Amino acid sequence: MSDEPHPIILTIRSVTKRFAVGDDKVEALAPVDLTIPQGEFICLIGASGCGKSTLLRIIAGFEEPTTGQALIHGRAITGPGSDRGMVFQDYALFPWMTVRENISFGPRQRKLAHGEIQRITNEFVKMVGLERFADRYPSQLSGGMKQRVAIARVLANDANVLLMDEPFGALDALTREQLQHELLQIWSRTGVTAIFVTHSVEEAVLLADRVLVMSAGPGRIESDFRIDLARPRDVSSPEFNALRRGIARRLTSHLAPSRAPA
Amino acid sequence: MNDHVTTLSEGADRGAPEAAAALRRRNRQRLEMLRALALGVGFPVLLVLIWDRSVAITGTRLIPSPYQVAVMMYDFSFGGVYDDAFSGTILIHIWKSVQRVYGGFFLAALIGIPLGMMIGRIKILRQLLDPTISLLRPIPVTAWLPLSMIFFGLGPNAAIFLVFLGAFYPILLNTIFGVRSVDPRLFEAASMLGCSGTAMFREIILPASLPAIFNGLRIAHGFAWILIVVGEMTGVPTGLGSVVMDGRTLSRTDLVITGMIVIGACGFVTDRIIVAISNRLLKWSPQHLE
Repeated sequence: MSDEPHPIILTIRSVTKRFAVGDDKVEALAPVDLTIPQGEFICLIGASGCGKSTLLRIIAGFEEPTTGQALIHGRAITGPGSDRGMVFQDYALFPWMTVRENISFGPRQRKLAHGEIQRITNEFVKMVGLERFADRYPSQLSGGMKQRVAIARVLANDANVLLMDEPFGALDALTREQLQHELLQIWSRTGVTAIFVTHSVEEAVLLADRVLVMSAGPGRIESDFRIDLARPRDVSSPEFNALRRGIARRLTSHLAPSRAPA
Repeated sequence: MNDHVTTLSEGADRGAPEAAAALRRRNRQRLEMLRALALGVGFPVLLVLIWDRSVAITGTRLIPSPYQVAVMMYDFSFGGVYDDAFSGTILIHIWKSVQRVYGGFFLAALIGIPLGMMIGRIKILRQLLDPTISLLRPIPVTAWLPLSMIFFGLGPNAAIFLVFLGAFYPILLNTIFGVRSVDPRLFEAASMLGCSGTAMFREIILPASLPAIFNGLRIAHGFAWILIVVGEMTGVPTGLGSVVMDGRTLSRTDLVITGMIVIGACGFVTDRIIVAISNRLLKWSPQHLE
């Protein structure tokens, strides 16, 4: 990796999103502008209703922006695509497929050669350390294992943008810590661009190159923090805590006014 | 039994308590199975006993005793007792009924599952067909009997049509329900992994709604056997339903009951087969295992 700035992979250009809720229109996103260089780890953080999940779903292609444009590699996003992989909080694994079959789903859809599918599947089963569980069904796995499968599933499909919507929110503290660690390893090894939605300031500061604080009513990006701490990061260091406090302050300062009109 | 196990575990090395526990668990399981078998078989035996005593005490001649039915069953199966039109004909009747039951059942599945999947997914189709289905569904199958005889004439096709009608709605409705209740996240997950169009039906919608589809198939399969008597009222000469109808016409209650028992047994055995297939296909879904 060189010191030269990485090429821009994602561009969000004055994207807004309005939802119709009954007769009312809810403005989920005010004009949002954002550029994301390749390989960056971004955390989106904010109170519920700040539009962070909406923004993620627009990038995934599950939602269309009301106005504005979302571009990947300079081309407009028109729908879901295998270049962007979403990891859901509730895993969304295919319950009738084994771990191996879930991971090989993307390659199988792309109709790769049988041997190639085998090779890719084995590689990613190994990457997430589930060799012993490869023939189990999702119902026979713990939450942490399920989320490992979900990550492997999108990476096996050559996704170069990893979209994660509070992926570790449903996990216990120990498992979450371990998965954060593994995610960072996978990220640095594969060079994917990661966009990670979270509620936790600590998680954001631990993982991200850049923390985007969003605020509600209508949803917008309030501030953009660079986290220049070296990895692995020490959560008890003064620098870490200073950043955490700074971001937490930004976060809460926008909570009060955003609640008032609602 | 327990005493023996305890003394063994006390004197032996570290592996022994575990082995003893496993042995105890196995014994408990075996006891549990034995009890289930005793209860499950004991109750019908008790019913037959009550039947036998009731016939003997009341001295009725309208209902045969279990023994008379057993003799009839033997004659129906192997012949050599009465040597009449029904002696030793059981396999022919079963085979004819099986053809009609499964003709109607598979036809219902063949149309009901794809149609249900499309109705569940395609809104226009739902708007087009839902009112009609809701209107036709409450009509009892027996009410279709006269029309089906006009449509298909006297013969097996009318019977197949009636079985089809009875089996069709449970399959259709359960399939629609199954498709409608697929987690929308799975569609999102599949589409981001490059799945679209007809592949979505094959790869996601069908397997995800399979538990509901199998519920429908099992209910429909039960109906299909129930309806075989109605279906074979349409004037077919062979089949278990026609045996029951003939028994009625001839006032041979032993024949009627024999036919009833054979229909029940066929339905029971084939239901177990469906459950076995469903357990195999749905082994990923622990709550659907029996």
